[in-house]
Amino acid sequence: MKDKNMDTRRPDSAANHTAVRTAPNAATAAIPASLAGGPVCPAPALEEDAIQMAHGAGGRMMQRLLDSVFLPAFDNPALALQHDGAFLDVESGRLAVSTDSFVISPLFFPGGDIGSLAVHGTVNDLAMCGARPLALTAGYILEEGLPVETLRRIVGSMRSAAAHVGVPIVTGDTKVVDRGKGDGVFINTTGIGVVRAGIRVSPDAARPGDRILLSGTIADHGVAILSVRRGIEFGTTVESDSAPLADLVAGLLDAVGADVRVLRDPTRGGVASVLCEIAASSKAGLRIEESRIPVREEVRGACEILGLDPLYVANEGKCLVIVAPESADAALEAFRRHPLGAAAAIVGEVVADHPGKVVQRSRIGGARIVERLSGEPLPRIC
Amino acid sequence: MCLGVPGKVTRIDEASIGMPMGTVDFGGVVKEVCMAYVPEAGVGDFVLVHVGFALSRIDEEEAHQVFRTLAEMGELADLGLPRPGSARGREPGTAPERAGRS
Amino acid sequence: MKFVDEYRSEEHARAFLEAIQRTITRPWTLMEICGGQTHTLLKFGIDELLPREITLVHGPGCPVCVTPIELIDQAVEIARRPEVLFTSFGDMLRVPGTRSSLLGAKAAGADVRMVYSPLDAVSLARQHKDREVVFFAVGFETTAPANAMAIYEAARLGLRNFSVLSAHVLVPPAMEAILGSPDNIVQGFLAAGHVCTVMGYREYEPIAEKYRIPIVVTGFEPLDLLHGIWMTIAALEEGRWGVENQYTRSVVRDGNLRAAAILEEVFEVCDRQWRGVGSIPLSGYRLARAYERFDAAARFAVATETAPEPSDCIAGLILQGRKKPNECREFGAGCTPEHPIGAPMVSTEGACSAYYLYGRR
Repeated sequence: MKDKNMDTRRPDSAANHTAVRTAPNAATAAIPASLAGGPVCPAPALEEDAIQMAHGAGGRMMQRLLDSVFLPAFDNPALALQHDGAFLDVESGRLAVSTDSFVISPLFFPGGDIGSLAVHGTVNDLAMCGARPLALTAGYILEEGLPVETLRRIVGSMRSAAAHVGVPIVTGDTKVVDRGKGDGVFINTTGIGVVRAGIRVSPDAARPGDRILLSGTIADHGVAILSVRRGIEFGTTVESDSAPLADLVAGLLDAVGADVRVLRDPTRGGVASVLCEIAASSKAGLRIEESRIPVREEVRGACEILGLDPLYVANEGKCLVIVAPESADAALEAFRRHPLGAAAAIVGEVVADHPGKVVQRSRIGGARIVERLSGEPLPRIC
Repeated sequence: MCLGVPGKVTRIDEASIGMPMGTVDFGGVVKEVCMAYVPEAGVGDFVLVHVGFALSRIDEEEAHQVFRTLAEMGELADLGLPRPGSARGREPGTAPERAGRS
Repeated sequence: MKFVDEYRSEEHARAFLEAIQRTITRPWTLMEICGGQTHTLLKFGIDELLPREITLVHGPGCPVCVTPIELIDQAVEIARRPEVLFTSFGDMLRVPGTRSSLLGAKAAGADVRMVYSPLDAVSLARQHKDREVVFFAVGFETTAPANAMAIYEAARLGLRNFSVLSAHVLVPPAMEAILGSPDNIVQGFLAAGHVCTVMGYREYEPIAEKYRIPIVVTGFEPLDLLHGIWMTIAALEEGRWGVENQYTRSVVRDGNLRAAAILEEVFEVCDRQWRGVGSIPLSGYRLARAYERFDAAARFAVATETAPEPSDCIAGLILQGRKKPNECREFGAGCTPEHPIGAPMVSTEGACSAYYLYGRR
């Protein structure tokens, strides 16, 4: 029945066609209020089983793609309006906005896929601003030839991830590029959130005496990806730690909000890169203890055989926090109360020595400086 | 030159390419490894692996040598005696006794 | 992890450091051969925990660093051919040649793939009969048996679309070259435990005898290195020379005889160019006559124009232990891992890169 209704609103009538041309960023067919926000069941089927150039052209085929795949999955009032942009009502306060693009390969990996990653990644960036996520956008660049079924899986995964966090995907965009010009699918998500009152976190806020905490084990995500990468794959139960941190961070802020100086999620480049950025920004010295850093046994094994340092390997569900020393224990408790923070640990402190530098005290007592990584760490033979 | 990592052999079989291959466990991570150079290694043994090849079987007895040396040193230090080696009055140039397994 | 974690114990490390402190009475200069050992020393901060009397200089045990630039250029040219599927270990991909690295060639469209094991390259050759699979066979004696087995297998399987670009180097001739130099400052060696796992240590005995120097076959974990250093210092303090074995859990005097047999079958010793050092006689492997057909250099007959090494690069002096990376004028200034002037800055096994990575400015 919905099909029939949508038919009359297909952008092949002159007015709608023009509207499509001038506003290529969203499907522009207006839906009567009676249909807005209502569940759509079942989603209209697509004739094609693979993405074609026309699916991104703003015409009938693109509308069918939206109706069949995206709109049913992300169903919410703002999106259903299918306007060029979405309207959000916000209580007064400070806003945070964050954007991220996801180009991961393979698209599906142990513990997640590009879709869930795209939702978690941006939700987490907002959380690192001390913000509660309000809404997400999702932009897709699809490669000609991508199986529609693959796209459905990814979109379904985004739907679940967003629903779990309680964040609507309110507007989006779809483009298609020629075969060979993309890696299946690239996704960009932008998130808007409201910053909790009284919270001021900033990478330049670390001060000597502050403590450094990690919310859990590191390098899980990077190792999970490498385990399925052609040429170096290995058998493991390690899964990506991709997860939304909004809740975990909320618990932390409830407990010690005013004493939190820095909040970062160590994604690409790992914990090392984030520490180096903070040290430089705060012009402070950071000291960490190798023996205190939580690493899963299997992740260590994988890093040993590939010759990688877990400090530089990506994470997608972890939080690094710098807090005032008197709140360190309470912060640790707050993390450990949450399922995602069970393995949280205090791993170091901010010092007055060696400003701008990060020093790690090794397991056997010697020290080394942790430098910024140059380029992607490649598994080595030596 | 190089990255050799010890792992535990969990399975051995003849692969389709006719070379003895094994499954080696490194702290929970498993990889297929060529066992052609260490045919004496069996399931449960530890082998040193480099670029997908087992190069030696780890001698568990010898593995304790490092710690035995430390223990001896500790005892002798307590007793105020010089460390092993210097007491034997070896001529300069002669090969020390404990060079490798006998 | 068993046989790893026990050798990273702080308590035992301190005991060794104290023992070394008690034993040492004057300055000594030691060289560890292998880049992997350099890596451990710097990563765990052992170099800074040792008594000041000990000077550690770093040896040429970085196969990535010593592979001649001509070979990189050849690799890049071969990889560019449309029919070629070029395979290599990860760390070789970034080394700059005269015009490009393999990673650069990949970015320009060449089919360059990283493999973990040389057998993966053989598998690719079996899977892709329409492609010419080339494997960049780099390494010291530790890696040579794996590379040899790949070639041996390819021969056994009658593969016609598999070949290797050979860049093998041997340790003992390099040690001789260092010790034989009139400017040599090395008084004791930590030999490479994994090279000796394969080759044994018989061939070091005449070297130790000739130069009256202690050579201790040493492992790669912190306690191995501390134990090996202690054994070397003890020998030096007592005026002893000869070969000792610290890494007894993996090394025996005769080495791995099966590996030796395959090496004998597939390779023969030849003269080799070492990047930054020059030609060292009988210091490399090339394919034996019976396996010559697997030589990629001959199969593809590529012509390359190789530029000379930049004059500000002192890689040669660093690889021979005569200078430390932070004594180079360009270190950290004109030469960094992002824009390296020479090879030891590119590979994380190279002394320059290790110094940079672990902040030894």
